[in-house]
Amino acid sequence: MSGFTEELAGALALIFSGDAALWAVVGLSLQVSLSAVLIAAAIGMPLGASLAVFRFPGRGAVQVLVDTLMGLPPVVIGLMVYVILSRSGPLGVLNLLYTPTAMIIAQVILVTPIIAALTRQAVAASHEEYGEQLASFGLSPRAALATLIWEARPAIITALLAGFGRAVAEVGAVMIVGGNIAHVTRVMTTTIALETSKGNLALALALGVILLVLALGVTLAVRLLQGGPQDTRAIS
Amino acid sequence: MTFLAVLCLLAAPVPSSADRPFILLQSTTSTQNSGLLDAILPQFTALSGLEIRVVAVGTGQALRNAQNGDGDVVLVHSRLAEEAFVKAGYGVARQDVMYNDFVIIGPESDPAGIAGAATPFDALKRIAEKRALFVSRGDESGTHQAELRLWAETGEMPSGPWYREVGAGMGTTINITVGMAAYTLTDRATWTAFGNQSDLRILYENHPSLFNPYGVIVVNPERHPHVKVEAAQDFVDWLVGPGGQAAIAGYRVDGQQVFFPNADAQSGS
Repeated sequence: MSGFTEELAGALALIFSGDAALWAVVGLSLQVSLSAVLIAAAIGMPLGASLAVFRFPGRGAVQVLVDTLMGLPPVVIGLMVYVILSRSGPLGVLNLLYTPTAMIIAQVILVTPIIAALTRQAVAASHEEYGEQLASFGLSPRAALATLIWEARPAIITALLAGFGRAVAEVGAVMIVGGNIAHVTRVMTTTIALETSKGNLALALALGVILLVLALGVTLAVRLLQGGPQDTRAIS
Repeated sequence: MTFLAVLCLLAAPVPSSADRPFILLQSTTSTQNSGLLDAILPQFTALSGLEIRVVAVGTGQALRNAQNGDGDVVLVHSRLAEEAFVKAGYGVARQDVMYNDFVIIGPESDPAGIAGAATPFDALKRIAEKRALFVSRGDESGTHQAELRLWAETGEMPSGPWYREVGAGMGTTINITVGMAAYTLTDRATWTAFGNQSDLRILYENHPSLFNPYGVIVVNPERHPHVKVEAAQDFVDWLVGPGGQAAIAGYRVDGQQVFFPNADAQSGS
């Protein structure tokens, strides 16, 4: 086991010495997953807030659907996106398979239900608190929704972080639709899978440490940028 | 909203290396995990300016992906499956590229005593009789198909709790074999380059039935008009030509040659 510890130390040293190829992989991971979270937030936040506030036919069904999709295994999402983007699939002409875009698409499908479900929960709470007040202001539904999302922002930021965590840690889907092509679609998790399959366990583990540090960095950055104490609620 | 602004900044456009011409190679884990492709493909790219993007999966999946049109060329190792692929019209022609061989690895203590076996079939029989743990790829890869052919020769297909199908790539399968102190069949290249050999050893090797030939096939543009057939053919011509063959012969893992070029001996498709 001491051999392994030494190897691990060596791998970590290599990684933190600033290997360009490795940092390109880290950069691609961040770009793909942050893009996916951004798009998923644009879809999931309004969807979740609408589910919390509005009453419309089929609302229950949509709610169940969103909750169910949260449990969809990434590898199934990967397979679905592969079938659609494959040259033999309906969107094959777009030539998107084995590109970072394909990976973003898969991660958006993965993350949107999480953001929507957690937003619904958060907005439902803030709706209970401020709903009547907002109604008395005579705000348009859209403005009311935006205000409620704003009021629920600590919980929604947690939702976005949960989504980012799920996206950046995922391996099954991006492996299928990205193909783990060196310099093109190779991200942190697929590199870890590849190094594990080469038996380079120490290096794989060291890469896992980077992934962890990355998640920590994003969390800290968001907490920092969130700015100001969270309980100063400026409703105006 | 600062958060979203930061997200926008960080999620700057994903870089695309689409400005350089490339072809898509569907290949097997053994060619990638052994380091062969990383060693020889840059030589071709330097010559031609053509980038080779490698998707490394099992032979079965590589052929299926190519059948769907998701690749320009395949480099795999399951002769029968390759010929069926060409015959069904998905590939233009199959050409020999190189070979290596399979070996049976297992724990140093060799509980089934296969080290002295006369043939690989005899070795497998001893494993089955002792009910010693055997890990099978179970993924329709070239290695899995070779393993099943060997078992068929023993007269009895393996079954029972000692026979573990893991449905994984070669490297993952070896990791599992290490963890279970079991036996498995692997190609020599992946094994030699493998970083986590632990106390497993090659216990049976060097038999004609363990021959493991690799073939290259350009995907048929009649089936998939988008296939970059000229670029793919350029690559194949290099691979089976003097340059590619020398690159393969020159590749070493720990000073050991693990792939042997044999394009000269080819009979076409």
